[in-house]
Amino acid sequence: MMPDIACGRLTESQLERNFSDAHPGLTRDQAALEAERCFYCHDAPCIEACPTGIDIPRFIKAIAVDNPGGAARIILDANILGGSCARVCPTEILCEQRCVHTAIESGRPVRIGALQRHATDWQMEQDDHPFTRGEPTGKRIAVVGAGPAGLACAHRLAMRGHEVVVFDRHERPGGLNQYGVAAYKLADDFAQREVDFLMAIGGIRFEAGCSLGRDITLASLRNAYDAVFLALGLGGVRALGLDNAQNPSVIDAVAFIEALRSAPYRQARVGRRVVVIGGGNTAIDAAVQARLLGAEEVTLVYRRGTESMSATPEERDWARVNDVTIRVWARPDRLLIENGTLRGVSFLRGRPGPDGAPLYDPEAGFVLEADMVLKAIGQSLLPLSPEGEMPRVQDGRIVVTQGGRTTLPGVYAGGDCTIGADLTVVAVRDGRDAAESIHAALAGAVRNNGQDPDGKGAGSHG
Amino acid sequence: MADLGIDFAGIRAPNPFWLASAPPTDKEYNVRRAFEAGWGGVVWKTLGEDPPVVNLSSRYGGLAYGGRRLMGLNNIELISDRPLATNIAEIKRVKRAYPDRALVVSLMVPCEESRWQAILPLIEETGADGIELNFGCPHGMSERNMGAAIGQVPDYVEMVTRWCRQNTRMPVIVKLTPNVTDILQPARAARKGGADAVSLINTVQSVIGVDLDVMAPMPVVDGKGTHGGYCGPGVKPIALRMVGEIARDPAMHGIPISGMGGIGSWRDAAEFLAMGAGSLQICTAAMHYGFRIVEDLIDGLSRWMDGKEYGAVRDVTGRAVSRYVPWNALNMNFRTLARIDADRCIGCGLCHIACEDTSHQAIARQDDNGRRTYEVIGESCVGCNLCAHVCPVSDCITMEPQPCTHELTWPYHPSNPNRIVA
Ligand SMILES: Cc1cc2nc3c(=O)[nH]c(=O)nc-3n(C[C@H](O)[C@H](O)[C@H](O)COP(=O)(O)OP(=O)(O)OC[C@H]3O[C@@H](n4cnc5c(N)ncnc54)[C@H](O)[C@@H]3O)c2cc1C
Ligand SMILES: Cc1cc2nc3c(=O)[nH]c(=O)nc-3n(C[C@H](O)[C@H](O)[C@H](O)COP(=O)(O)O)c2cc1C
Ligand code: SF4
Repeated sequence: MMPDIACGRLTESQLERNFSDAHPGLTRDQAALEAERCFYCHDAPCIEACPTGIDIPRFIKAIAVDNPGGAARIILDANILGGSCARVCPTEILCEQRCVHTAIESGRPVRIGALQRHATDWQMEQDDHPFTRGEPTGKRIAVVGAGPAGLACAHRLAMRGHEVVVFDRHERPGGLNQYGVAAYKLADDFAQREVDFLMAIGGIRFEAGCSLGRDITLASLRNAYDAVFLALGLGGVRALGLDNAQNPSVIDAVAFIEALRSAPYRQARVGRRVVVIGGGNTAIDAAVQARLLGAEEVTLVYRRGTESMSATPEERDWARVNDVTIRVWARPDRLLIENGTLRGVSFLRGRPGPDGAPLYDPEAGFVLEADMVLKAIGQSLLPLSPEGEMPRVQDGRIVVTQGGRTTLPGVYAGGDCTIGADLTVVAVRDGRDAAESIHAALAGAVRNNGQDPDGKGAGSHG
Repeated sequence: MADLGIDFAGIRAPNPFWLASAPPTDKEYNVRRAFEAGWGGVVWKTLGEDPPVVNLSSRYGGLAYGGRRLMGLNNIELISDRPLATNIAEIKRVKRAYPDRALVVSLMVPCEESRWQAILPLIEETGADGIELNFGCPHGMSERNMGAAIGQVPDYVEMVTRWCRQNTRMPVIVKLTPNVTDILQPARAARKGGADAVSLINTVQSVIGVDLDVMAPMPVVDGKGTHGGYCGPGVKPIALRMVGEIARDPAMHGIPISGMGGIGSWRDAAEFLAMGAGSLQICTAAMHYGFRIVEDLIDGLSRWMDGKEYGAVRDVTGRAVSRYVPWNALNMNFRTLARIDADRCIGCGLCHIACEDTSHQAIARQDDNGRRTYEVIGESCVGCNLCAHVCPVSDCITMEPQPCTHELTWPYHPSNPNRIVA
């Protein structure tokens, strides 16, 4: 018997509605009113909470005085992917969490993300790109991975006058913005539009379908370029550790999302009853999008209590709003498979043990019927190709120091493939900072060569 | 319950809230609605001679601030643009229908006694309670030698007031323009001419803004703009001062004052009363929100009066006047110090940067285990209270009065080279 996994469970118009912008942009009036709420704090706590350190009160003030172009410039100066960050950042644990308004009334911060979107949307509707490419330095840099980290690095390098080639194994640039983040957060092909906007600075070439370790090697890149930035993200997935986990109905959540984001929604396949295993935002995104594709029952099961979930309360509410059932303190024990067809998952109930670690009761359990299991139990770094010298990897991440330096000279890394929170905005910061550190190193090299004694050429503009 | 009824220069009204002479009192329809809503009186939109003036389109400019609309309103409207006979008939009907309300008629005719002699009997015949002389309109009419053109010349104020006083039984209220350097000059002139009361302020000459596309002042009338008259919340401080100035002037002692300029709440109203007003006039707030605001004005004022045990409006009128003194009469030994309530502090840093950049470097930022706190450095604080004003949280920063042994004013101050030696 075939498992009940199918596409086209909903009509075209239902799908269109389900995957439209989850939180449409503010109108000009709404933005002006919201901007006026900002106290224009000095040394504002929200700035500290933004990984890219956007001068938030200043851009909000600019919106309040009807200067959207100025507002956008302030945002994009710090964060060239300010448009997607405005849409995907979990602001409730970043800038908005620290907004002083929450000290007056909890849960009522200034809507920083929405305002950021307002300003960046305005900018993207203009014809011009607000930054100019720096005077050519003659230096060439290879960026591997066209996700937020790679793109932010490339743009900053272009601003500094360097020539950049961005390689990616995917056909479209954008990384998880293109293939991973929930569709309704980046509706209307925003990821592609933002890449087009960013590339408009000039000096950046995109090499699609080019995989490091398969089509190119690190050694060749180091040879051909003045520096290399690795922004590979986390391509691997953790194993479930259950028998028969390779059953075709047991699918990695990231792959499920990638599939639905890579083709028209009517072609995306989903089960009638879906079980999602995991407690992070990927689990939530997979569960919600399974519902939006027409799954009738979606249950998200997490092995510990709600408070330990890395999905924020806002994300959990979003799941509930979309009729996802969340069950906690349960661990998958067995996949129930009949003649190769997935029928369900049996779980063991757990509770917090004396040392905090969960204890599962082998006697007490329950079964959830399912024709599809989505596992969202974390991603991992794909092994770097073995041939040649490789940067040091520790705990599954590339080791970097200040400015994204790896253990190999001239090789930098940032974003999800390095240590730090796996967030778009953190990846943008890593890319930006690595670009500055590459730029400083190259400018230093120019000076040391005595070619540019007064420092006017490479590296001093921008 | 406090008695809100007033007797203002012989004009009675059930409450002190009158609609000022302006579009809200332009015609019978509006005024009936106002009286139904509960207004104590109206000053009818200024009447002039026939043929009536012609008004422009558009007429208003607005000042928005901090997301609020109409912080200030400016207008380039003239006086009533309807025939005199129409207005007279309507006034008569309305007064008959609402005998308990104050109905004052605002007037403006050219500066010749015969013109005033001609119009006054027509008004008297309506049964109106009094007249208000519009010596204040700062645009348009002043270019025709009326309005502020009279109000800015004390001799003319006195002369025209006298003509009216001598040619009617009705109480004469003189409405003053704020577009003068010394409000006391026209005020005293009005009294000399026999005014029964004064009212103020009329609008302040202003350019409310510039349309940067057309490159013309707003409101733009077919590509050009002119100055207008400014009113609304933004003018209240100017008006309060002028009302107080007149109230404390010995030469004006006891003259009834109808106060206006930016009144929008019961608190504004109470402040005008305290500074010497015996009746209150309102325009912009009504134009912004409609006549229903009078319910809150009445309710708020009477609750406040009950709380303070003021039995009647006259008990409030002028309460603050004796404490409105020249700078030289202030105690220079008095000190206050800012105090920040750490429990209320939300950590916005506004007090710190205000004092650090623009005052006396008296607020230090501290980090208390990641929570930022701010502390006043007592020796540096001069008690200016800027910090308390910029703080977005009420009662977070308070100004604490310090013990003071004796009073010392500037005339006696050791630093004053011309000090009076006791
Ligand atoms: C399902 C899901 C939802 C998420 N939702 C959010 C969210 O709402 N908000 C948020 O802030 N963050 C979210 N994240 C995290 C966020 O997407 C990542 O932190 C961010 O994209 C990291 O950027 P990056 O550039 O480091 O990596 P990626 O975006 O992963 O980009 C890496 C790029 O490198 C390419 N690549 C990898 N290996 C090679 C190779 N060998 N050769 C060539 N190219 C290669 C890949 O094709 C990819 O394009 C989500 C993540 C997932 C998985
Ligand atoms: C506290 C304070 C003190 C001022 N002192 C002076 C002064 O000494 N000399 C002066 O010419 N103007 C003085 N001004 C007026 C300002 O220069 C300015 O004309 C006025 O504040 C109007 O500008 P603004 O409202 O746009 O700030 C002072 C203003 C303030 C607020
Ligand atoms: S009262 Fe003035 S001087 Fe004192 S702390 Fe506040 S701002 Fe500074």
